[in-house]
Amino acid sequence: MSFECGVFHTRYESDMGLRPWPMQRIRLAVFAVFVLVFPFVAGPYWLDLANQIAIATVGAIGLNILVGYTGQISLGQGAFMAIGAYTAGLLTLNLGLPWGVSIALACVLTSLAGTFFGLPSLRLKGLYLAIATLAAQEIVEWAMTHWTAVTGGTEAIVIPAPRLFGVRLNSTFAFYWFGVLMAAGTALFAANLFRTRMGRAFVAVRDQDIAASVIGVNLFRTKLLAFATSSFFVGLAGAMIAYYRTIITWERFTLETSIVYLAMIIVGGLGSIRGSFFGAVLITLLPALITNAGRALQDTAPVVANLLPYAQQAVFGGVIILFLIFEPKGLSKLWGNVKDYFHVWPFAYRRG
Amino acid sequence: MDIFLQLTVSGLSTGMVYALAAAGFVVIYKASDVINFSQGDLLLFGTYLIFFAVAQTGLPWSLGVVVTVLLAVALALVIERLVLRPLIGEPIISMIMVTIGLSSILRAAVNAIWGPAPRSFDSFLPAGDVALGPVILSSGRLLSIPIALAVLAALWLFFRHTRDGIAMRAIADDQQAALSMGISIPRVFGIAWGLAAASAAIGGIMLGNIVGVSPNVASIGLRVFPVVILGGLDSIRGAVIGGAVIGLLEVYTGGYVGHGLSLVVPYVVLVLVLMVRPYGLFGKEIIERV
Repeated sequence: MSFECGVFHTRYESDMGLRPWPMQRIRLAVFAVFVLVFPFVAGPYWLDLANQIAIATVGAIGLNILVGYTGQISLGQGAFMAIGAYTAGLLTLNLGLPWGVSIALACVLTSLAGTFFGLPSLRLKGLYLAIATLAAQEIVEWAMTHWTAVTGGTEAIVIPAPRLFGVRLNSTFAFYWFGVLMAAGTALFAANLFRTRMGRAFVAVRDQDIAASVIGVNLFRTKLLAFATSSFFVGLAGAMIAYYRTIITWERFTLETSIVYLAMIIVGGLGSIRGSFFGAVLITLLPALITNAGRALQDTAPVVANLLPYAQQAVFGGVIILFLIFEPKGLSKLWGNVKDYFHVWPFAYRRG
Repeated sequence: MDIFLQLTVSGLSTGMVYALAAAGFVVIYKASDVINFSQGDLLLFGTYLIFFAVAQTGLPWSLGVVVTVLLAVALALVIERLVLRPLIGEPIISMIMVTIGLSSILRAAVNAIWGPAPRSFDSFLPAGDVALGPVILSSGRLLSIPIALAVLAALWLFFRHTRDGIAMRAIADDQQAALSMGISIPRVFGIAWGLAAASAAIGGIMLGNIVGVSPNVASIGLRVFPVVILGGLDSIRGAVIGGAVIGLLEVYTGGYVGHGLSLVVPYVVLVLVLMVRPYGLFGKEIIERV
């Protein structure tokens, strides 16, 4: 924990501000400038990565609300994203709804589906819930590939590109703004959520569910609400993927997807909004960086380059394990450490 | 009728492979409360190690089996020491994710060493067919059933009658009390991982003989969950029965209803069991209710 000195709140508004300290505002402003300038200097490759990060951030915050803040382990992230993506896509394709409406409906429907799959959480805890959500994932995955009448089976669904004022929204440049808007909105919502009674109840359920129910938290309602809130954003992430790619295939929403998102919040930091973002950045960039390293090595060491797909998989696993062993609180904690170090720099009054 | 018998034998032999993988899972869970998502990858390592020993090194199969099991146990001991031990006492989510990370690394290692293409070697289980009246059954599959049962019986006897087996049950029962009786927890955890790897390696050897060697073997790791939930998370007996039931169910739905459905039936069973009887058929009935 860092102690900010020299800031004395004299008004309730400043005390309750999300970022009450000047340094925080400066950092936020620097970051905002970076986000605003980035698309004008970056090429399409990096813009595409940034868009993936924006989508992953929305999904990771959604998952973190459930896993990190409420302590309900879910391996069904891929399934919920699939529900969001397929709902959004099919509503546009079959009913001709405008994309904004179908995204909203997709979020609501995923939220309902999440609540339904959350029902076992009332009886099951910890690993049993994890296994139940694993089953949900497998069942949804099966439905995606076999319920041909609705999902088109293993065939990809192609949906029309979203347009806003005549501009195609799924170009990397246009989608960037949409993605940033959604990610920022999600982060802002989540940050405020945990300042409300409902959000505090989520955390109470995670820390000690019996104690929470003793102090008047309705476990039934709270857990279902956590599932609903979380799946809402997960569905949003799924719908964003659908409109960004305009092609929906089941391969994007397998158990592997669930694992990748869990890795994001583990690496980033459980129960941390900024951690969700850090995790989304790292886990999205990792394969890209390794692929680039592979291209660089193609000529000098082709043997090494051939092993790179496996290196990707191994590094992914290794990153998870190393973080769990050496920094279970993730990148969020590391960032905190950096901030703490510079906070009183160069006059550190405490070592370590 | 003969189709039924053929399906039954094939279902039971698949089920016994599941049971071997599930037994390893149960041993680890029982001793250390770790949910092992990398059980399928231990199985995968087993199939590739026997391929390595028999086809690539040219050892006789009896020696090959011994080498495979020993290497698998060594691998598991290294994993336990390096990855699992620093995490003793961490929350469930960490345990789940660490074994998922492990599974990713193991799979990458297998692919990097042996390549992604399926391989095969000369099966050393008798290859011919056995005629049982009008029914013709593959003798390799038929034989794999008693082999698996023997291994599982050995595991069961281990828990019942050896010092380390009883120590393991003591730890599962009450870790504090076990510690105060002088039981070494790291030793017991190591033994648990060793046994799990051995059991998975034998399952892998059988799979290598019956269906060949390919990276897809690892997908069995997920099939373990319906099996152990049905049988009870901490029961070897449950793993055997659960394995048989899930194996049969899969093959029957595949044979009579349609191939696609057999992929999802185990998970439907899993959900139903969780709703009705979360501790499974033979598990301890103290599940923490919310």
